[in-house]
Amino acid sequence: MHPAYSIIFFTTASGLGYGLLAVAAVFVGTGWLPPVRELGAIIILVGTVLVTAGLLSSTFHLGHPERAWRALTQFRSSWLSREGVAAVLAYVPIAGLAWGWVRLGEVAGAWLVAAWLTPVLAAVTVYCTGMIYASLKAIPRWHHPLVPWLYVMLGLATGAVGFHLVVAMFGAANFRSAGVAVAGLLAAAVLKIGYWRSIDTADPVATAETATGLGGFGNVRPLDPPHTAPNYLQKEMGYRVARKHARKLRKITLVTLFAIPLIGVALSVFAGFFLGAALAVIAGLSVVLGILIERWLFFAEAVHVVTLYYGEKAA
Amino acid sequence: MTSLPAQPTPKRLGLVIDLDTCVGCHACAVNCKEWNAGGYHAPLTDFDPYGAAPDGVWFNRIHSYEAGTGADARVVNFPKSCLHCDNAPCVTVCPTGASYKRGSDGIVLVEEDKCIGCKLCSWACPYGAREFDTDAGVMKKCTLCIDRIYNENLEEVDRVPACVATCPASARHFGDLGDPNSSVSRLVADRGGYDLMPEMECAPTNKYLPVREKTTGAGATLPLEDASPEGGFLGWVDRLLSDASAA
Ligand code: SF4
Ligand code: SF4
Ligand code: SF4
Repeated sequence: MHPAYSIIFFTTASGLGYGLLAVAAVFVGTGWLPPVRELGAIIILVGTVLVTAGLLSSTFHLGHPERAWRALTQFRSSWLSREGVAAVLAYVPIAGLAWGWVRLGEVAGAWLVAAWLTPVLAAVTVYCTGMIYASLKAIPRWHHPLVPWLYVMLGLATGAVGFHLVVAMFGAANFRSAGVAVAGLLAAAVLKIGYWRSIDTADPVATAETATGLGGFGNVRPLDPPHTAPNYLQKEMGYRVARKHARKLRKITLVTLFAIPLIGVALSVFAGFFLGAALAVIAGLSVVLGILIERWLFFAEAVHVVTLYYGEKAA
Repeated sequence: MTSLPAQPTPKRLGLVIDLDTCVGCHACAVNCKEWNAGGYHAPLTDFDPYGAAPDGVWFNRIHSYEAGTGADARVVNFPKSCLHCDNAPCVTVCPTGASYKRGSDGIVLVEEDKCIGCKLCSWACPYGAREFDTDAGVMKKCTLCIDRIYNENLEEVDRVPACVATCPASARHFGDLGDPNSSVSRLVADRGGYDLMPEMECAPTNKYLPVREKTTGAGATLPLEDASPEGGFLGWVDRLLSDASAA
């Protein structure tokens, strides 16, 4: 699949933003983090900007962005529509959390309810994002039960690293903030490696023979092409560049998305303020680079069954 | 509404494509383009149409494949357009309601005014039946020629899809596949019509008729006539000329 930069930016930025808001909401909801106003202002600002920028960027690749509101109407059947509705609803508890934390300086009563609803709606929204891809049978590597959970766990892990980074800046990093980030990264790494194993060993779902129904004669090979220049289908679904570098890119993903952030976050709690903050920054930068590569690879590695009509043997 | 209509729809209009008789002339693709460039989805934008890399929207594409090896190998011309699936994933993924399947006849359409151009439907279709119009910013696809098949301004014989009307080999048949007694349904039953990529579980309405077994009739095996005929007028001429050239 062709990796559109707007979609890569959207899914990673919104995942990170929702993860950050969700982890922060849990920390103030439980009282693990005192509701310091300045800290709240920064976290909610960064989180909301990431989420909103992501949503806006997802409209950049639309043919008609001015009609985007229509995408909220078909939630009964479409995961894309459900994602849109969930994203709009998620602003409500985020606003409530912001009001209590930043404006009033205490998260109690209704604002405490908002704090607990924030991670729920954040997770629902990111789950819907994952289901947009997981619901597409025509792309077997996406049509996989782990895909929506990967989106959720990666959002949580990247958000937790971001949270640890922000609190480290305020000198408020501790074993809890580091522990959540480490646990999130480990869980996401296990899921991701499991996912790669599973798609690498899966049997092909369809072949050039079943696509054409001509398998009775033997192997099927394209002869005369249907058109003399690449068409929309080949440009959109026929992306192959990354697949030959997939092994290398997976290793780079493991190092940047998981290994460096894990080490950075873990060491930062034992270091003093400056070194700790510096390590948290390294972890944060690495996790951002890592998630961008991971998402690019997620698209670039995916084979669409329509390519079977254009010379691919199996998908 | 992008939920699918109750199944089965009262009519299931679609095409039956005969891979045995298709000669791969692309006439159906050209006539599809011609009709639809002025039809429901008009215009079907082309970029650089006479240049080195033409790129445009077509609803019907004619592939060709080689299957098998040696004496049993076949070359098969393979037209492919929207299959108007009963269980159409392109419809259910659409977030706006622009993609829909008609409850009356099962035709799958895009309502351009509602389409936001997110392309998700084209990702959901296993068959590559949807092509994005970059110029109009909306998704376009085969309409089963709704503006011909129900068009009262046309003579009754012309109320068939453009691709069906134009096929010089009669390799494309149009009709109601929901009616077991229709000519298309009988054709499918007689010839063993099949679904493309059944593992995608789209339940396509369109069916493909398989290539027939190779015929080994007399014509294929008769030897050429003898170059040195015995007796008769030809024998006399042959002898005369052979002697002359030998002399
Ligand atoms: S062939 Fe593709 S576009 Fe047509 S109905 Fe089936 S899934 Fe939808
Ligand atoms: S491109 Fe248009 S028709 Fe296709 S899913 Fe998006 S809004 Fe619906
Ligand atoms: S039915 Fe009409 S729109 Fe569809 S392929 Fe045939 S000519 Fe084209």
